[in-house]
Amino acid sequence: MKLLKTLTATTALCAAGSMAGAQDMADDVTMVSWGGAYQQSQINAYAEPYMEMNPEVSITWDESSNEAVAKLRAMNEAGNITWDLVDVVAADALRLCDEGLAMEVDHDELLAPAPDGTDASDDFGDLIVSDCFIPQIVYSTTFGYRTDMVPEGVDAPDDICDVFDTETYPGMRSLEQRPINNMEWALLCDGVAKEDVYDVLATDEGQDQALAKLDTIKDSVIWWSAGADTPQLLADGEVFMGSTYNGRLFSAIVEQNQPIGMMWDAQVFDLDGWIIPTGLSDERLARVEDFLYFATDTQRLADQAKYISYGPARASSAPLVSTHAELGIEMAPHMPTDPENSKNTFLYNYEFWADYRDDIDAKFQAWLAQ
Amino acid sequence: MSALTVNVGRPSLLTFTMPIVAVLGGCFGFITGNIFGQPGLGFVIGALVGAVLAAALAKAPKLNRRKAAWGTAALFGLVGLVFGGVGGLIGGAVVGLSMGWFAVWIGSGQYRAGVPIYYTAGQTLWHNVFLFICAFVFFFLIAPLIPVMWLSFNAQNFFTFTPEMLAFKAEGYSLKHYRDFFSGGGHPLQGLLYGAVVGAVIGGLVQLLPNAERSVRKIVVFAIIGTLIGVVVGKMWGVSGAEWMTPLKNSLIIAPFATLISVSLGTLAAIGLSQTHVPGRQAIMAIMISPMIVPLIISATGMFFFYAPLGNWLQANLGLNQNFVGYLKVILAHAVLGVPFVIITVTATLVGFDKSLTRAAANMGANPVTTFFRVQMPLILPGVISGGLFAFITSFDEVVVVLFVGSAQQQTLPWQMFTGLREQISPTILAAATILVTISVCLLTTVELLRRRSERLRGMSPG
Repeated sequence: MKLLKTLTATTALCAAGSMAGAQDMADDVTMVSWGGAYQQSQINAYAEPYMEMNPEVSITWDESSNEAVAKLRAMNEAGNITWDLVDVVAADALRLCDEGLAMEVDHDELLAPAPDGTDASDDFGDLIVSDCFIPQIVYSTTFGYRTDMVPEGVDAPDDICDVFDTETYPGMRSLEQRPINNMEWALLCDGVAKEDVYDVLATDEGQDQALAKLDTIKDSVIWWSAGADTPQLLADGEVFMGSTYNGRLFSAIVEQNQPIGMMWDAQVFDLDGWIIPTGLSDERLARVEDFLYFATDTQRLADQAKYISYGPARASSAPLVSTHAELGIEMAPHMPTDPENSKNTFLYNYEFWADYRDDIDAKFQAWLAQ
Repeated sequence: MSALTVNVGRPSLLTFTMPIVAVLGGCFGFITGNIFGQPGLGFVIGALVGAVLAAALAKAPKLNRRKAAWGTAALFGLVGLVFGGVGGLIGGAVVGLSMGWFAVWIGSGQYRAGVPIYYTAGQTLWHNVFLFICAFVFFFLIAPLIPVMWLSFNAQNFFTFTPEMLAFKAEGYSLKHYRDFFSGGGHPLQGLLYGAVVGAVIGGLVQLLPNAERSVRKIVVFAIIGTLIGVVVGKMWGVSGAEWMTPLKNSLIIAPFATLISVSLGTLAAIGLSQTHVPGRQAIMAIMISPMIVPLIISATGMFFFYAPLGNWLQANLGLNQNFVGYLKVILAHAVLGVPFVIITVTATLVGFDKSLTRAAANMGANPVTTFFRVQMPLILPGVISGGLFAFITSFDEVVVVLFVGSAQQQTLPWQMFTGLREQISPTILAAATILVTISVCLLTTVELLRRRSERLRGMSPG
């Protein structure tokens, strides 16, 4: 009897002990990102140092950011949220927040202050575009061109309107298969002043005007849908110039030694960051918050820029951006936010596109099918 | 005898051989001319070269087809080398080989060799066109794989034939994509040793079974199988977070278990459904086969909503580990997809199975289980194995269902290839594809050889 009692007591104690440990923080974390060089930069800058500090943690990466909205909806419906932390673009974060699929956070409470004591919300500033969104990087969509395909006797393209000038710069272009960015660039090169672009684009005539401008180069456009397409097309020499994310071009130029040049003119800034799905259990949420506090501090965001040419979202990180981890080159001149590169820029207009996206998308797709 | 062999003789050079060879030359010339932006000129030059070639080969007496073809290949290759370097050499040699062979084949009248003597010109033409169509079908099936394999040795991180690759320079090629594929974790050497020893021991133990024939060969065979399994298991042991090895490990966990379940259930179902007295046979059969007919995306959506609450329940009430439940869900889902293949192949084999054998076994006192394992199973084994092979490949290749049902911990190889292709067009995918093709070919060849061997041993085929 006595033995039995001791046994029961020990078992109960063990169970209690393990329960207490489990309620602290979960050890298996699933993070969702974009794959490729970008995900690798997150692993190098955030995940590996974090796992060194917390050896019990194991992180699984899911390369599903592209379909994050749809998958989160399905998971929510099935009552089985398998993701702990999701990396999405700001526009998706806004949608997920509206639908209640992403958790609203208090940025000052959750995130570390800047080294000089500034609150996180002031350090991130305007980049906190939604209560659910924890900004990470600023990236831009811009143009690259084949330096060896520039016609003789002509300067290399350095103006966004060179994209629409097939006389001076013959050859194929690759553009993203969606209206966003393309419509703005078309209007800008059709004589609309930069500050009027969205006013014009809000009207039917303005949309037709942009499509008419795009029509002039439609025959020489290859439409892309994945960020890897344009670097591949440029490397093949299938296109002369093409738009894509600046980090992809950086990788093709600096790491793969392709004969590609950056145009930077009229680049469109956009944000990428974390959201926490709603409905996580307490211990999973505790782990995610612990990770986020570490991974979004000033030094970590600056570290990420060692591996990829995206600008850190914190103002306090910018001075800490140093050299490329392997190649040792200075990273600052490759950042979209560098003053030399950002003479003429757009910021992705979330409000405008939230209101007009469905209409303009329909028009754009109809125009594409013509 | 001489009355039976009809000498067809050579066809007319001017009205037959030269025009036909000229047309082929023109086609090659058109393609070559396109590279230099002069397709029209290329066609004319190609046609002239073809006509001259036909005439030259016709003048040479007693021509051996092979010698003529290699001679032309060497000549064309030399011209290609002068104009286009190593790439030109290979292109020229290929064109020369085809042209030389074709010119002799047409010119010497050998194109009639395969048809009966009474065939009209039209029938002969159709016979040869038919052969060419067959050759082209094979070509279109196999050809897409060749650039994939070639590009997998690319030294760059793009799907691009670089100038160095086309010129066959060493610096254009590298094995780095294969290194990327195999990077991460693992102890293949320890696995190899353990596997070989364990395999040999099992081989030895098998000989101690009652009624077993004793031979050293068996030990060797078991040791080899053990070594192969040991290398794979050793390489996969403790891998985590590797870009390609982790998905491969998941695929190698999921596919065998799914195959095992679908083979057991499918075989039993096929045997049951082949009994005439089962009510509603057709309806049951239709339901079992439906995963093959229903669009996969619909099955996948249904399975997602079916397995999610099931998994939640297992975790909440039985306290099972989330990771384990994840594997279980994918394995069950893949087993469902594999069952129809097993049912169909086993049902087809059962048609040729003589039912009086089971009655004879029962008559001699064997119970149904013994009858199944000792009489029926050995006879329908070929059907079971090929059904299992299909089930394995279905699970190993499957991407849609696992995307829905699995979570990131169960990421399989096709899933990794799918996202990799979309996010970062990297030639590592091509290396993975090449390795998978090689493995599939080896697997199918082995199974086919074993099947033939067992048929020969049982005297079912003359060998």
